[in-house]
Amino acid sequence: MTDTPAHDHGELIDEDRRNFIHIATGAAAFGGAAMFAWVAVDQWNPAADTKAASALDVDISKIPLGGEIRVLIGGKPFFVRHRTPAEISAAEAVNVSTLRDPQTDDERLHAKPDGTLNRAILVTSGSCTHLGCVPVGPAQGNTGDFGGWYCPCHGSHYDTSGRIRKGPAPRNLPVPDYKYVSDTVINISL
Amino acid sequence: MSGHESSYTPTNAFTKWLDSRLPLVRFAQDTAINFPTPKNLNYWYTFGGILAVCLVIQIVTGVILAMHYEASVDGAFASVERIMRDVPFGWLLRYIHANGASMFFLAVYIHMFRGLYYGSYKAPREILWILGCVIYLLMMGTAFLGYMLPWGQMSYHGSNVITGLFGAIPLVGESIQTWLMGGPSIGNQTLQRFFALHYLLPFMIAGAVVLHVWALHVPGNNNPTGVEVQDVKKDTVPFHPYYTVKDAFAIVIFLIMFAVFVFYAPNVLGHADNYVEANPLVTPSHIVPEWYLLPFYAILRAITFDLGPIPAKLLGVIFMFAAIAVLFILPWLDTSKVKSMRYRPVAKQFFFGFVAVCLLLGWCGAANPDDAVIPALQGEAKLVVSYNDGNGGEATSEYKGGSEAYVDARRFMEGLPEDANASISAVPAPTFAFRHLSLILTFCYFGFFVLLFFLGLTEKPKELPESIHKSVLKRHKDADAAATPAE
Repeated sequence: MTDTPAHDHGELIDEDRRNFIHIATGAAAFGGAAMFAWVAVDQWNPAADTKAASALDVDISKIPLGGEIRVLIGGKPFFVRHRTPAEISAAEAVNVSTLRDPQTDDERLHAKPDGTLNRAILVTSGSCTHLGCVPVGPAQGNTGDFGGWYCPCHGSHYDTSGRIRKGPAPRNLPVPDYKYVSDTVINISL
Repeated sequence: MSGHESSYTPTNAFTKWLDSRLPLVRFAQDTAINFPTPKNLNYWYTFGGILAVCLVIQIVTGVILAMHYEASVDGAFASVERIMRDVPFGWLLRYIHANGASMFFLAVYIHMFRGLYYGSYKAPREILWILGCVIYLLMMGTAFLGYMLPWGQMSYHGSNVITGLFGAIPLVGESIQTWLMGGPSIGNQTLQRFFALHYLLPFMIAGAVVLHVWALHVPGNNNPTGVEVQDVKKDTVPFHPYYTVKDAFAIVIFLIMFAVFVFYAPNVLGHADNYVEANPLVTPSHIVPEWYLLPFYAILRAITFDLGPIPAKLLGVIFMFAAIAVLFILPWLDTSKVKSMRYRPVAKQFFFGFVAVCLLLGWCGAANPDDAVIPALQGEAKLVVSYNDGNGGEATSEYKGGSEAYVDARRFMEGLPEDANASISAVPAPTFAFRHLSLILTFCYFGFFVLLFFLGLTEKPKELPESIHKSVLKRHKDADAAATPAE
């Protein structure tokens, strides 16, 4: 035993007993706080219903040639563009090694179930990779210096394959996870 | 100062009874009435009181507005318009609250520059200064959260830009961003949590203000000479009535200016875009924060180059946060023993330069980074035709000079084969643009703090007055001497 006399009263203090109480109380308080902190932090993560609303079927047959449609999935904008043959050849003619984020046009397309590419339809994210503004495109009358999109916030120019060509954005417009459900319908998911 | 003895004596049976149970009256007497305050405080020292009034105004109007506001993406914009049109005096309450934020920041900037000029951050007031920085940080957080609530275009896309900043952090950035937004993008859940925090933070500010005032009352006020109080009798006057009246007068003047904004120019400090409901598919052509955050926005955008492995975007974010963080360590950056810049002839000039740098950064933050600082000096734009040269390479052809250049360029394009895929664009002439100016000013901003470190080691200060009392007497004597020959 580590009993020691305390003060002048001659009482004996059981140090082990005190330590046990201190450690047990401290552990319960700290453990409780840590567990609650986990709950308090995690409740800010996306809720189940938010996660569930993260895919959409898009009909691509109605997009006019040279135009695009913009869809929101989970609040995030996506571009689905029907490219003209000139735009496709412009995207393919680029020397990839000169690009900031090198990718060929084919790498940015997803194949149909039969393995062929539908080069006319380009699907990209609609947030500029710089700070998340939504670039303007053919419908807004400004496609930037490279014919694709132009971000009016800080002046990033994207080409007809959605690749960054000029301005502060670090990466190409990301291509989302999408697949051809049929020849005219694609399913885009986050 | 906390060292001063309590001069309160309860006079009747009730106050004696109260004083031995909760010495509330004693506390008020000692901190707000008899508190010895340097006798030479000028009007720059009234902004503390003005800021207290600002905080109260924001909390009172904010609590009322919350009773009419609806924190949902479907109802937020409409509920704000309802406040403006249908709620009795809703327009007044909202205009006071919206302009109150600007007034709050105006006052806090003057208050901070005053602290910087008179060396109020130096020993023994480091904690006081740091608490002030904490309050400033909380204010910026509160203002940002509050700006989102009307759910206008600028609200939505401004928040997008700011939450996007966290995405620049390597590895964990994207998870942090998703966590902040509570989903893949800013949505209803984000608006609700931002509203809850916007309601919470002002009370945390109020808590920090209590600590700030406590930390002020331990060493007592600094003063324009920077010389500490030596003789309480000679150097100080009681806070009431001397400074209650002086503060009250300044508050009234400040409120008159405040009222001019509220009643005659309630939207002049805002953006028209925010009266358009948020639309995630359309970004306003020019996203800018409110004026009080512009200097930091300019620093964020000034960095457009990579530094080794650090990409430009992350570097901009680092610089922006560093611009605020540097304030926290200021007490240890400034090596000079002399507090007041009145007696620091060199540092004083750099101080005014620093004020100018901050204002110019604000100007840069409001401008389009690619625009010319002086448009008159920018040369003529040229037209560039880009096309495929037939061998898989790209070629360009340039044209200069008015409408004839356009005709020439057009003719050239028509002469090209079909598969050349020619496109035409106007390229502005190279010029000194706002992004260049922002970069220079960013280095000046940080340079000032580095300079304070070295300047303190080499600068020869002017002679300090022996005491606050003597400096006041000397000024009166000088004034008398100047007045005598005129008689």
